[in-house]
Amino acid sequence: MNLDEARQKLRHFILENYLFTDDESALKDDDSFLEGGVLDSMGILELIEYLDEGFGIKVEGDELVPDNLDSINSLIKFMSKKIPA
Amino acid sequence: MCGIAGIFSAKGGLQQTPTLQLLGVMADAIKHRGPDGEGFYTDEHVGFAHRRLSIIDLAGGAQPMQTPDGNLWITFNGEIFNFIELRAKLIAKGYAFISQSDTEVILHLYREYGLDFPNHLNGQFAIGLWDKKEKTLVLVRDRVGVCPLFYYSGSATFSFASEIKALKPSVPNKLEIDSQSLDAIFTGWTCITHSTIFKNIFQVEPGCLLVINQAGITEKKYWDLKFPAQPEQYDQRSESALVEELHEHLLAATKLRLRSDVPVGAYLSGGLDSSILVALMHTQTNARLRTFSLGFTDGALDETFFQQKVVTFLGTQHSSIQVDYAQIAQDLVRTIWHTESPILRTAPIPMGILSKLAHDQSCKVVLTGEGADEVLGGYDIFKEAKVRQFWAKNPDSTFRHLLLNRLYPYMELPKGDASAYLKNFFGIALDRPALLWHSHLPRWQATSKAKMFFSEALNTQLREQKKSYEIKIAALFPSEAVSWHSFHRAQYLEIKTLMSGYLLNSQGDRMLARNSVEGRFPYLDHNLIEFANRLPPKIKMKAMREKNILRKMAQRYLPPEIGQRHKQPYRAPNVSASQGSLLGDELSDYISEARLNHVGLFDAKKVNLLLKKARGERPLNTAESQALTGILTTQILHHQFC
Repeated sequence: MNLDEARQKLRHFILENYLFTDDESALKDDDSFLEGGVLDSMGILELIEYLDEGFGIKVEGDELVPDNLDSINSLIKFMSKKIPA
Repeated sequence: MCGIAGIFSAKGGLQQTPTLQLLGVMADAIKHRGPDGEGFYTDEHVGFAHRRLSIIDLAGGAQPMQTPDGNLWITFNGEIFNFIELRAKLIAKGYAFISQSDTEVILHLYREYGLDFPNHLNGQFAIGLWDKKEKTLVLVRDRVGVCPLFYYSGSATFSFASEIKALKPSVPNKLEIDSQSLDAIFTGWTCITHSTIFKNIFQVEPGCLLVINQAGITEKKYWDLKFPAQPEQYDQRSESALVEELHEHLLAATKLRLRSDVPVGAYLSGGLDSSILVALMHTQTNARLRTFSLGFTDGALDETFFQQKVVTFLGTQHSSIQVDYAQIAQDLVRTIWHTESPILRTAPIPMGILSKLAHDQSCKVVLTGEGADEVLGGYDIFKEAKVRQFWAKNPDSTFRHLLLNRLYPYMELPKGDASAYLKNFFGIALDRPALLWHSHLPRWQATSKAKMFFSEALNTQLREQKKSYEIKIAALFPSEAVSWHSFHRAQYLEIKTLMSGYLLNSQGDRMLARNSVEGRFPYLDHNLIEFANRLPPKIKMKAMREKNILRKMAQRYLPPEIGQRHKQPYRAPNVSASQGSLLGDELSDYISEARLNHVGLFDAKKVNLLLKKARGERPLNTAESQALTGILTTQILHHQFC
């Protein structure tokens, strides 16, 4: 799966599971999940599970920081580092 | 508990037959509150109904009751625990009694003290009193809201009742959901002040009375929670002296609440509060005490181990019942008929199952530990507020907020940098620690997530009304609250909102009364509350040790494993965990797209996605589960009442 497909899949997951909508305009790629109240600590744990199940990405303890997980863009950047080229 | 209802016309002209017919329908709707008898009274201006649960003066306490001259009439739900002392005082003043009941005491007290009479009562009560000479109806509710009392004020008549289902036949129009109240419930779990979930249906506020006559409706507050304005006004005695006085108050409150002409049992959760009560009751009776407990098939919620320890220690005659996920789903619709309010958690349902257990074993009266956490400072929200105040003094501290992580060890947090998430959730209004409702903001913020499912039409209405929840909460506080300690403000808010509106009603009175059982609450004795309110906050919560002086008191009655046990909040299995039931037809039909669109309060598309998630493999998180329960129960309520 390339990063564009991953971006779409992630967007779909966030929209449907946290914002409960299929309206693409409800979330911009650089919107902060924390500031926008999209995800709380429980939501982050659910997202981590999804990264593992959906993409095979294991998130290590020291990687659990907002810099890696707080927007679609930061997630994609993080995933690009984790998925071997 | 009993059930009361009545109608009033200032102009007069009430006709006896139609009035009696209407009162009959109203009383029938609350037959469960009082299956032992019924009574009616009518005249040109007023009609009273009463459904009786016989507890005191089984032979002589029938209602409505009148004074011998026929000038005062009363319909009354509840108990006046100090009626024996009041009766003696009134006899000394020359009053003659024809019964042994507490009801007759109220009639004479009103005659003696007029509208100041509620100040003399120690009890739990909802009273309708008709002063025929003055052509005035007086409605009174107890200090903290144990007994419910609703009213409707129409153009020609005024009506009141213990439950909204009894009021409904007297209301000419269809009931409608009140958008402001729905917003309040989806923020803080309950309506506030005198509002209810229905438009134009109101409740007499705890500690208040209403005077209704030709001149209109006047409200008078006869009691409210008061806290010291300055630290030097706190009770400064030694901790041991305060423990001793707490013991005296709690023992006296318990003894008063054992006054009954039928046996009194107790609910036993296995926690500190109810265990102490059972121990105190044990010292007051030679008979073997009856205790009743809930167990849960879900081990994470179950406290059977601790309940058994107390039962063995005190040798009570114990009954318990196991509740599983299927029962929660099965009983939801019937429960909402009784709560008469949407609920965000299913905790009332097991309480209804528990009262049925007591009823089936012929127990009409139970003492419970409700109120101890609010009055003596036991809830985690008080600790949380303390940490947030500490953090607010140095918002840039790198460690202060991490105390919250220790406070909620069960809260799932990412193992890396938890700071961002703790700050995001608990850091709300960190720059405004003097806000009167600062303590409750994280909870309200978390609950409010459920509002994302509100329909656009509902959101538009709420925007146009421009009455935010915080504006209404601000109006709740008396002006002197700005001088109170933040701990006391948190207590005030907790008692005025969640305790009165939800715990004592949806989860308390309604779940007891549905099975004709009366609950009594020693920790809510007003003498005990007034004593506790004078205590310094650090005596109530020493560092992070909740209910400090109650624990000290417990040492003389309970083994350490119970007396020193950390508080486990009462939690029930949630609806979403019972996923099989959601896939069933009955419940999911309430939240079908067609029915959601018909009611118009929720966004059907979003709710559908929530339901899809609930039916998936991952359990819903707390906010989502609350949303689903709130939506489902609002839809059920609308179907039942509107």
